[in-house]
Amino acid sequence: MEKRVVFRSAWLPYALVAPQIAITIVFFFWPAAQAVWYSFQLQDAFGLKTQFVGLQNFAALFKDGNYLESFKTTALFSALVAFFGIAISLLLATMADRVLRGAMAYKTLLIWPYAVAPAVAGVLWAFLFAPSIGIVTYVLRGFGVDWNWIIDADQAMLLVVIASVWKQISYNFLFFLAGLQSIPRSLIEAAAIDGASPFRRFWTIVFPLLSPTTFFLLVVNIVYAFFETFGVIDATTQGGPGQATQILVYKVYHDGVKAADLGGSSAQSVILMFIVIALTVAQFRFIERKVQY
Amino acid sequence: MVENRPFVTFLSHAVLILGVLIVAFPLYVTFIASTHTLEAIVQVPMPLLPGDQLIENYRQVLTAGTTTGSRASVASMLINSTVMALAIPLGKIAISVISAFAIVYFRFPARMFFFWMIFVTLMLPVEVRIIPTFKVIADLGMLNTYAGLTVPLIASATATFLFRQFFMTVPDELAEAARVDGAGPMRFFWDVLLPLSKTTMAALFVIQFIYGWNQYLWPLLITTDESMYTTVIGIKRMIVGSDAANEWNLIMATAILAMLPPALVVMLMQRWFVKGLVETEK
Repeated sequence: MEKRVVFRSAWLPYALVAPQIAITIVFFFWPAAQAVWYSFQLQDAFGLKTQFVGLQNFAALFKDGNYLESFKTTALFSALVAFFGIAISLLLATMADRVLRGAMAYKTLLIWPYAVAPAVAGVLWAFLFAPSIGIVTYVLRGFGVDWNWIIDADQAMLLVVIASVWKQISYNFLFFLAGLQSIPRSLIEAAAIDGASPFRRFWTIVFPLLSPTTFFLLVVNIVYAFFETFGVIDATTQGGPGQATQILVYKVYHDGVKAADLGGSSAQSVILMFIVIALTVAQFRFIERKVQY
Repeated sequence: MVENRPFVTFLSHAVLILGVLIVAFPLYVTFIASTHTLEAIVQVPMPLLPGDQLIENYRQVLTAGTTTGSRASVASMLINSTVMALAIPLGKIAISVISAFAIVYFRFPARMFFFWMIFVTLMLPVEVRIIPTFKVIADLGMLNTYAGLTVPLIASATATFLFRQFFMTVPDELAEAARVDGAGPMRFFWDVLLPLSKTTMAALFVIQFIYGWNQYLWPLLITTDESMYTTVIGIKRMIVGSDAANEWNLIMATAILAMLPPALVVMLMQRWFVKGLVETEK
């Protein structure tokens, strides 16, 4: 799509894009290029000498059991966050779409967690589940569950999943609600006249018609679980116990900042860039699908 | 409503109320914890009704932080967070609206090249270029400065696309009329395009305010000086030990202060918020 009416000036358009392009080059392209460059280098322990080592950093990564473990952790974590985040918000949005009274109030009361920083969400849930003083821990103990996420790997994973899902529900909820409201009432009325129960109507009409929204949210939630949950993890488990909750982004940070392994961390960054590119392409596929639909 | 099924309606309300309660539960406990003394909270189970330390706790964190963890005052953190939450959306809107204007309303040789350059930044989130970006900031001497906290975050492909999308829907006749009347491009931009973009800007502002306020990884990397901490970072710095070793009453008071401004923005400006959320994803 192009504008028919355009202005003419030899210098003005360049001046107008200059600020954005300058920031993009200095803070995006230059560091990204450096990440690629460092990923081919090996630095000695004091950071005095660097040596070009080709793909050795990458080879080392894929031989590193910890790194492969981190891949698995990330896959499990993002699958859990995406599944529960989508399932719970779809349930709530379907219910909110049904009720006539109080719909606005429910909406307002469900969307505010979007405003909570991931790190703060992590702190809130860590407090509720704190091994010795947490109120939820206390209730669980009443049921005979021994809860201590500081030493139990599965419980640590559960904690970061709960905190991440809690924060993301509001976002998914808003998109599902918008999707549900755009489904023509006549379709649902027709099914109701034919005697289909609300449950059946949901699975045979509403759910298939929502599939573009669901697919879109799936990609968004995976991106969220990959990158934005850094704050949740850093504020709670810090990747532990052991490496039970060390997702890829956390490992980049840990290896680069805490362990000062420049080459290895940069190689991980480069791999992450490829993952982001793949996810972005998936997201754009969605937009094409929506146009056809 | 398609048909009247009282039971299903009842069930819907029950599920929604349960959902609202579960979503609000952590907030409630946080608030309660911020109104008690530390001794009261570390008791198991902790009290579930408000205590009488509300003013004490908030005064303590606002003026002097915690005593065991970070001692930076939360008041200065709130100022830092506010600077970030205002500078990022304003900067982002300013540079995006002019670059979108250039890309939509001008034809110039490098136009598509610039367009793609901006587009590619979508694929380079901070998280994948942590170390090198940190080095750039360090080399430029921008560690522990407001410029370092905000400038690198104001370049954004989504904002530029949003304005581009919007400019595409502005009728050509307006630009034509402006040209016939002898208005130059900048006159058209100020007097016609900007007033029309107000709603888009408001929506973007709300979303970016929350984005700026909630930044975590970035300030974590480039602030080492306590006086530059944002509120979210401050909370993290207050947690020093595990469990009972922390002053949870003060941490929770800070958490409430950290959540309040963005939550109010979301709930009070709900219309802009929803519009911004839906449109930035298109």
